[in-house]
Amino acid sequence: MTLTFINVVAAVIIAIAFVAANAAYLVWAERKGAGFIQRRPGPLENGPWGLLQPPVDGIKLMTKQLLIPGGVDKIIFVIAPVLAMFPTIVSFVTIPFSETIVAHNMNIGLLMIFVFGSMSAMALLMGGWSSRNKYSMISSVRAVSQAVAYEIPMLITTITVVLIAGSLDLMEIVGKQTGGFWHWNVWPLKAGLFNILMPVSFLIFFVCSLAETNRAPFDLGEAESELVAGFHTEYSSMGFGLFFMGEYANIVIGACLTTILFLGGWDCPFGLFPGVWWFIIKIYALICTFIWIRWTFPRTTIYSLLNLSWKVLIPISLFNLLLTAGLLKVF
Amino acid sequence: MNEPIVLQPDETFVLNVGPQHPATHGVLRVKMTMDGEYIYDAETVIGYIHRMHEKMAENRPYTQYLPNLSRLDYLSAMAYCHGYVLAVEKAAGIEVPERAEYIRAITVEMNRISSHLVWFGAFVLDLGGFSPLMYAFDDREQILDLLEAVTGSRLTYCYFRFGGVYNDIDDDFIEGTRRFIKRMREALKMYRKLVTTNVILMKRLQGIGPISVDMCQRYGATGPVARGSGINYDVRRNEPYSVYPEFNFDIPVYSECDSYARYNVRMEEMEQSLRIIEQGLDKLPGGPVNPEKKPKTIKLPPGDYYSAVEAGRGSFGIRIVSDGDKSPYRLKLRSPTFSNMHLFDEACRGMLIADALAFMGSLDLVIPEMDR
Amino acid sequence: MLRYFNDILMGLWSLIIGMGITFREFFKPKVTLLYPHQSVKMPARYRGHVELIPDDEGQPLCVVCGMCEKACPSNCISISGEKPEGSKRKVLTSYILDFTKCSLCGSCVDSCNFGAIRYTKEYNLASTRKEDYHFDLLKRLEESKK
Repeated sequence: MTLTFINVVAAVIIAIAFVAANAAYLVWAERKGAGFIQRRPGPLENGPWGLLQPPVDGIKLMTKQLLIPGGVDKIIFVIAPVLAMFPTIVSFVTIPFSETIVAHNMNIGLLMIFVFGSMSAMALLMGGWSSRNKYSMISSVRAVSQAVAYEIPMLITTITVVLIAGSLDLMEIVGKQTGGFWHWNVWPLKAGLFNILMPVSFLIFFVCSLAETNRAPFDLGEAESELVAGFHTEYSSMGFGLFFMGEYANIVIGACLTTILFLGGWDCPFGLFPGVWWFIIKIYALICTFIWIRWTFPRTTIYSLLNLSWKVLIPISLFNLLLTAGLLKVF
Repeated sequence: MNEPIVLQPDETFVLNVGPQHPATHGVLRVKMTMDGEYIYDAETVIGYIHRMHEKMAENRPYTQYLPNLSRLDYLSAMAYCHGYVLAVEKAAGIEVPERAEYIRAITVEMNRISSHLVWFGAFVLDLGGFSPLMYAFDDREQILDLLEAVTGSRLTYCYFRFGGVYNDIDDDFIEGTRRFIKRMREALKMYRKLVTTNVILMKRLQGIGPISVDMCQRYGATGPVARGSGINYDVRRNEPYSVYPEFNFDIPVYSECDSYARYNVRMEEMEQSLRIIEQGLDKLPGGPVNPEKKPKTIKLPPGDYYSAVEAGRGSFGIRIVSDGDKSPYRLKLRSPTFSNMHLFDEACRGMLIADALAFMGSLDLVIPEMDR
Repeated sequence: MLRYFNDILMGLWSLIIGMGITFREFFKPKVTLLYPHQSVKMPARYRGHVELIPDDEGQPLCVVCGMCEKACPSNCISISGEKPEGSKRKVLTSYILDFTKCSLCGSCVDSCNFGAIRYTKEYNLASTRKEDYHFDLLKRLEESKK
């Protein structure tokens, strides 16, 4: 694929459209899901099943005044929400939805996603720090320590998969998993050659992506009962909207990565008709689980979160890495 | 991590939690001096909704003070009315028919369950879990519907009268209550599985917010807060009133002193309340619900009267000093939350803010009752 | 070491149970009422604000004894009456209920020895003007006759 200007523009536009549509309708799905779990109907009034709620919300957010409180660090305050949204859009460029549907495949695609993924923590830090609000500041400090703690086990598990596939290219990682569900990395059958820790590894990756995206039960940055609204306390209008959309876009990225690394990407579970719909089904199944988890559990605290990361996830994922490397060497 | 951490901070900042804050559930303000995320010092500021309930008693007849009692603790209004009518009945020597006593016990216990359900929901909401609140409110709605059908009101019941109750209960209520008991037992099982044994919740509550027996005694903490610290004190058992001696029920006591102990005390209290209601319905005698002969205007003989009941949040005491007039000379309300809340300043030192707010939730504060 | 793994597994198991419960709740029927479209039926004993009970001819049963006025803890009832020429009992000329102060305690109905007032079932009483809450119950009674 040649990297022409038009190609890039088209790719970015499609990525933005995809991210925005997803972010908007995931909010709807979340509210609807929460409603059903809590035995109430959820959004209902706008359109059938409340389907017009996201555009209405969007219009409301956009027409509101963007309030900049006195004494904030203006430049950083304004940049932060943009920075929350921008890296996720860029990350989408390299995600392969099927063998043919990918904006721009790169041989270091995985690396790129992680590089841009860590930028979202930066956005939270900037937003929280510049707000000149004590709650926001506590929240941003929390968000960063959380991001640092969870990036490590996430990367270690990713390296395990990279070792198995022998590539950082997302296409190739999926390519190694084609041919039915028993070929996927989540099962110990083929991946890492009978490495029984692979399902655990999948779980670790899933937990880490929950924590990375600041989702409940790890939404310490937001923690509405403690820190009011955390890093976006002072944001109004689209500033808040961008943070909000960034969160949901991050969820989509997390689900996409989990699908690619562990669930065989666009591969069909039974080896039949592989294609983009399998990818879509898988990511939305994962997103539904994200939503389901959020409305089930209470929030953790910062120290139990760090304990979980440093005492459980990192040792196990490190052990898994060693085991995989050993198994690959032996067989 | 569970031991209180002694801090020598170089630099602190003041975090003003409340009067408008999601975790204070009302207009309580806590001035926290923070060292990072750790609380170095805390000062609770109350009085934002002080309504002079005690002073109001002094300038109105005894009967007219009844509606005020429902406005103290809007979640378990029945128990507060009960305390007041008991005090006045004792002083004026009004006989209460047995049926009325049973109805009082049944409705008070139902109100206790509904109050604990709100606490349960709000507490888990403080911890970040939203769905249990909705389930709890669904169950609470059943109680409110039942009580509304009898008393005519959903929160501020104003149901008790001197010498009896305002309305007799009917068969619909008895049937509905029996159905509710069945439903509530299932729900409590569900709460235990969904919330009580949840590892995240246990990690957040176990060992958090220790209140020693000594501290409880110094501050005069009562109710589930004291019982969570191993103090076996329940007014219903220690200073029995009404028909409580007739019932067979347990007082849950936990000696762990942490938030989880207080949580468990309340969860078990709901089960015990169900038992009391069930026995009350079985034993419910016939007869009138109001005495045949009741003084037209109530005048207490001069003296000093005190009566205490076990309200949803602890021991609620009411002291009436009468000079023989139509209205009391002085009326003092001893509200449990007021004592329980003042623990917070001392107990939360060295805690993380997240733990402190969970701890505050476990004290079950109802601000209007504290400010009176 | 064993405890470490046991803790992890038990923790995970409790989380799975929790998710199982919310999964079941997801498919249960809804319990809420869609309020503006549907509304709850008030029980027979619902304590709304008070209204006058008419006799067979549509005249209020009230004899203007003033008991409700005295019984009200918030002084929100003000009544007045007059004795027409040749009549034995007083006739009500105005019955104003200041609902801004009323706490719906029911003392007025309790104190009435003539069964002349009762509770309404009304609860949709929102308004933006304070004056809307000064109910003239006599006027209300006449309107209800029509």
